[in-house]
Amino acid sequence: MPILETTNVVKQFGGLVAVNRMNFTLEQGQIASIIGPNGAGKTTFFNTLTGIYKPEQGEITFNNHKLVGLRPDQVVEHGIARTFQNIRLFGSMTVIENILVGMHTQLKQRGTDALFRNSFFHKEEAEAEKAAKDLMRYVGLRNVGNALARNLPYGGQRRIEIARALAAKPILLLLDEPTAGMNPNETEEAIKLFRRIRDDKGITVLLIEHDMRVVMNISERISVMDYGEKIAEGTPADIRSNQRVIEAYLGRDAATEAQE
Amino acid sequence: MTTFFKELFKKVNRGPWPLIIVLGLLLVGTITVYQSPRSLSAFLTLLLCPMMLYFFQINTKVKIFIGLLLTIVIIPVIGIRNIFYLEVIFQMAVFAALALGLNIVIGMAGLLDLGYVAFYAVGAYTWAIFGSKQLSLLHSIPGAAPAGAPFALAPEWFWLFLFLGTGLAALAGILLGLPVLRLRGDYLAIVTLGFGEVIRVLALNLDKPINLTNGPQGITPIQRPPLPPDFILDPIRNVLAPIVGHEVTDAQLYNVFFYFLALLVIMAAILVARRLEDSRIGRAWTAIREDETAAIAMGIPLVKMKLAAFAAGASFAGMMGALYAANRTFVSPETFSFLQSIGVLTMVILGGLGSIPGVIFGAGAVVLLNIQILQNFSLYLSSLRQSDAVIPIINFAWKDLSNQLDPAKYQKLVFGIILVVMMIFRPSGLIPAERRQRELEKEDPDTSLEV
Repeated sequence: MPILETTNVVKQFGGLVAVNRMNFTLEQGQIASIIGPNGAGKTTFFNTLTGIYKPEQGEITFNNHKLVGLRPDQVVEHGIARTFQNIRLFGSMTVIENILVGMHTQLKQRGTDALFRNSFFHKEEAEAEKAAKDLMRYVGLRNVGNALARNLPYGGQRRIEIARALAAKPILLLLDEPTAGMNPNETEEAIKLFRRIRDDKGITVLLIEHDMRVVMNISERISVMDYGEKIAEGTPADIRSNQRVIEAYLGRDAATEAQE
Repeated sequence: MTTFFKELFKKVNRGPWPLIIVLGLLLVGTITVYQSPRSLSAFLTLLLCPMMLYFFQINTKVKIFIGLLLTIVIIPVIGIRNIFYLEVIFQMAVFAALALGLNIVIGMAGLLDLGYVAFYAVGAYTWAIFGSKQLSLLHSIPGAAPAGAPFALAPEWFWLFLFLGTGLAALAGILLGLPVLRLRGDYLAIVTLGFGEVIRVLALNLDKPINLTNGPQGITPIQRPPLPPDFILDPIRNVLAPIVGHEVTDAQLYNVFFYFLALLVIMAAILVARRLEDSRIGRAWTAIREDETAAIAMGIPLVKMKLAAFAAGASFAGMMGALYAANRTFVSPETFSFLQSIGVLTMVILGGLGSIPGVIFGAGAVVLLNIQILQNFSLYLSSLRQSDAVIPIINFAWKDLSNQLDPAKYQKLVFGIILVVMMIFRPSGLIPAERRQRELEKEDPDTSLEV
């Protein structure tokens, strides 16, 4: 029984079919990647999964729940958290606060609890703060809890985004180009972090990634998209030798040339 | 310029100096205001005292003591001597509550609301309609009210309607919120502006078919809540009479009474704003302001949180509205014009979006500017106009100065200048908002900021 299954998902923008009849499955505890040239519809697919876009057709089943038609915040409640391609942190909030925002669905306090500052509120806030600090350390950030998120260097911001997504206690973590713009060292660290997330916490991880070293290194399963459609799927070894993938990435002529 | 003040502040803000300065201001301010109740500079000196009290590092208990001394003893006494100052401070409190409410909507949740004064109107008209004779006049034409119509409710009902007005304003906030949820930025601003006008025009025109608001003439008289019983007031009268040098009348006591009520509302507003700000809800608001898409992807229910922001912001205005109606014993649609909304917005921007001490300061400064400084300047110009004085060098006689040049009429100009200047030079306001610093355990110092 796969944890995530999409059948025939179609997302159109006017005449443009961004995602076309996407059938996709993901097993619990997998680390999988979606690759494809720019504009292939990968991020649009993420946005349909998380409820930001509503697909025109198709079904999305996650953990035995139907997701189509749910609002993004309801999708988060069902256990899908994500990061963004272009980092979207809350810049003028502190690092800790960013992570606390990620915990929104986990916290049970109501407005009245906050107004009367009862013992439940204090307890929950203290626990949340501790959990946020733990998460900060988990992704490798130190002593920056009170810094404004926008003042952190690029690699640090990527880490906060992951910590913020983890704060929602997800079952499935969607990472949209998480190593874009990182140097080789940082990329190495990031790959280790993704593995740890899966190994320690049992969280299923789905990445969109352009860096082939990362994809081939970390993925147990790779799906390739081009023009909104899935054109190939398999283990890294399968994908590496797949003719259609090489064509999609390099163009037909170059592909034939490379073969000769 | 700013660095100079910062350096000066740092130099002064240590050792016994803060306490000396605050106590000095308090003493000098009190004495001069007491001696010459009409002097503006004396009043400003006194107002500087709470500001310095806030900024300087002084023992918290001492701070609270001086603050209580000022608000509970000194201001009422001075207010009874010169009722005008109490009026100024009451207005400051009214607008501070409005600014605190608007600050939740704009400063925290980032929803630009240009019709905020509508909620103030809802609160004011709630008590105005039920606390006046209006309910008995529903079927009479405005202005042709039969004499001797009874009040619908006893004045004690005010206490209930204070909260009813709060609730109704919150409801109006939600009603406004529902249709504008999908709008952002400029579009939201335009719709809220329209909403503000709708409420004002309703107040203007709901004198037919049934006369609910008495139209442009407004509703009067509106009842005030009864003063506390005599066994509380008599000792106060007896103590105050020798200090202020005359018999304390009920009208003066009412002013002090409303001053304390306004103070209570402000305290409640500050408490609510601070507690909400530093909770799950406040963080969700800030997240929405910063990046709506990211916020919703973190599981924040946009609809619920935006409506909560509108409702919370509106409720402050509703409560102050009811209090204002009782204080003035008169409401009319004119009070709730678009200019008022802009005025409150100016306070929020001047003080600092999202900053609670900032918007209170902004409210104080703008009210002072409006009803004291501009007025005084007008008076000064008109006194020059009547004199034979001549500006040297250009040889311009003051009495030739046009009557049109009356600073008191240039409120809009002043609001405009404040908004433009602030946006250019200090977009985060005079007292910018600060994020709460949490205590983090010390880790190895050499790895700090290494990521």
